[in-house]
Amino acid sequence: MDVSFTGVSYTYPSGVEAVKSIDLSIPAGQRFAIVGQNGAGKTTLVRHLNGIFQPTIGTVAVGDWETKGHSIAELSARVGYVFQNPDEQLFARKVIDDVAFGPKNLGFAPDRAAALVAAALEQTGLTAEAETHPHHLSLSERKRVALAAVLAMDTPIVVLDEPTTGQDERGVRMIATIVANLVAQGRTVIAITHDMDFCAENFDRVVAMARGAILADGTPSEVFAQDEVLRQARVEAPQLGRLAEALHWPERPLTVEGFVAQLEMYRA
Amino acid sequence: MIELNDVSYAYPDTDHFVLSHMNLSIPAGSVTGIVGASSSGKTTLAKIISGFIPHVDGGELTGTVVVDGVTIADATLADAVSHVGLVIQSPFNQISGAKFTVREELAFGLENLGTPREEMAERVNEMAELLSIGDLLDRSPYALSGGQQQLVAIASIIIMRTPVLVMDEPTSQLDPGGTRMVFDVMSKLRDTGVTIVIFEHKLELLREHTDRVHVLADHQLLIAEGPSRTMLTDSRLEEWGVGTTRFTAAAKTARDRGLLASDTELPVSLTDAVSTFASYRNTKGA
Repeated sequence: MDVSFTGVSYTYPSGVEAVKSIDLSIPAGQRFAIVGQNGAGKTTLVRHLNGIFQPTIGTVAVGDWETKGHSIAELSARVGYVFQNPDEQLFARKVIDDVAFGPKNLGFAPDRAAALVAAALEQTGLTAEAETHPHHLSLSERKRVALAAVLAMDTPIVVLDEPTTGQDERGVRMIATIVANLVAQGRTVIAITHDMDFCAENFDRVVAMARGAILADGTPSEVFAQDEVLRQARVEAPQLGRLAEALHWPERPLTVEGFVAQLEMYRA
Repeated sequence: MIELNDVSYAYPDTDHFVLSHMNLSIPAGSVTGIVGASSSGKTTLAKIISGFIPHVDGGELTGTVVVDGVTIADATLADAVSHVGLVIQSPFNQISGAKFTVREELAFGLENLGTPREEMAERVNEMAELLSIGDLLDRSPYALSGGQQQLVAIASIIIMRTPVLVMDEPTSQLDPGGTRMVFDVMSKLRDTGVTIVIFEHKLELLREHTDRVHVLADHQLLIAEGPSRTMLTDSRLEEWGVGTTRFTAAAKTARDRGLLASDTELPVSLTDAVSTFASYRNTKGA
């Protein structure tokens, strides 16, 4: 399912203009990442997708729906949104109840709902914690519960707001696998992240934002080669891109494989 | 400065020891990084060093914890927090909820200590400059982005000027620029004699800014410590769920494929890696 923003601006009641004239179209099945400085408007922008915010100016479309004509409840059947802070999302006394809430509310048949819940717990490594109170889990585990709750809703679009925060290496790899699986099923993944290595290794397209506007839009290689954009968006290139730059290479490989391949070329 | 002797701990209503028979010694005026997989007990250890365990969370704590000359078990929480400040993992939970502006939020702790108004204002401005949050001072702490809230939460603890500072993933919500700023602030504080313990996943920055690193693993034990470069390239880090930097991973792969000498010391940070790969520097186009 496609998503589009047309001329979208959003001004908070306080008068802060968080998002300014955004035009953006994200085709179905894309792995789409947003990077940029704190307070750049990243979260404000994606919260338009499930109708938490309605644009002050412009329109947001999710598939053939304009978000203005649909409630948050209706949009939640199309857009699964994993909050940055899991405590804004979780409320049940058992992990399994939090994860089962979405599919139940969407009116899925009990068999389908149960299968989705089981699969979501498994993918997030939480099967053994199904009966645990979310309050007894660590922040990184609660973040995975919040992710499982959205996966179980089986939406064509999944929005992840800083999914790797507080995750260790294993957790980051688990999330990368989930992103790959979602896209393999034809779903769209939109993620906000400050982890540039995670971004470069797992996404097809990156948008860099600063002060409510888009500064660059392209593949990770294209965006992470624009030093001035990175400076303005207060982000940095992935680790090996920075190393290639420091070694004065004209190429900017972003992954371990790409970097080592380049070493082999230099060696030859 | 910080001494843990045979410390074990289980949360209330559980018999599972999150930490067991742990010893830890951290010298004054140092920056110590602690890494470990999720659920390895990092947050628990942070709370033990800062007195929130047992004074707030309760539970069963055995062994002794001495911080800045204070035996934590015998002190009151008020006494403990005058020696050690804790920046908690979730900034959303650190904001007091009692104040309408960031300026008031930053002054909240000082207010409780009866700090004179003028000094309070001075220290708030000092924090605003240190953490580049001057433009947020008159906004509501709740009308901020996650990253901005995190900077405010950090400032609200640093402003207390405790001799010991414990930070539990203080940069989790920050953009890379903000993350570097917090690590730079940490180095500045260390230069003024503050003892800092930081729990982090960002290994590149730990290598650049810490004197030494400890690893928490197997959900229980502090099983290793050493200079940051040695620890952060330890081959067991993968198995412990901590991972490595891409600099380390690339050098390891290059070494395995004969692209670097077999005795090459593995890099952790960009600076390390530039010297590791010096022979691949492009001298033509530069």
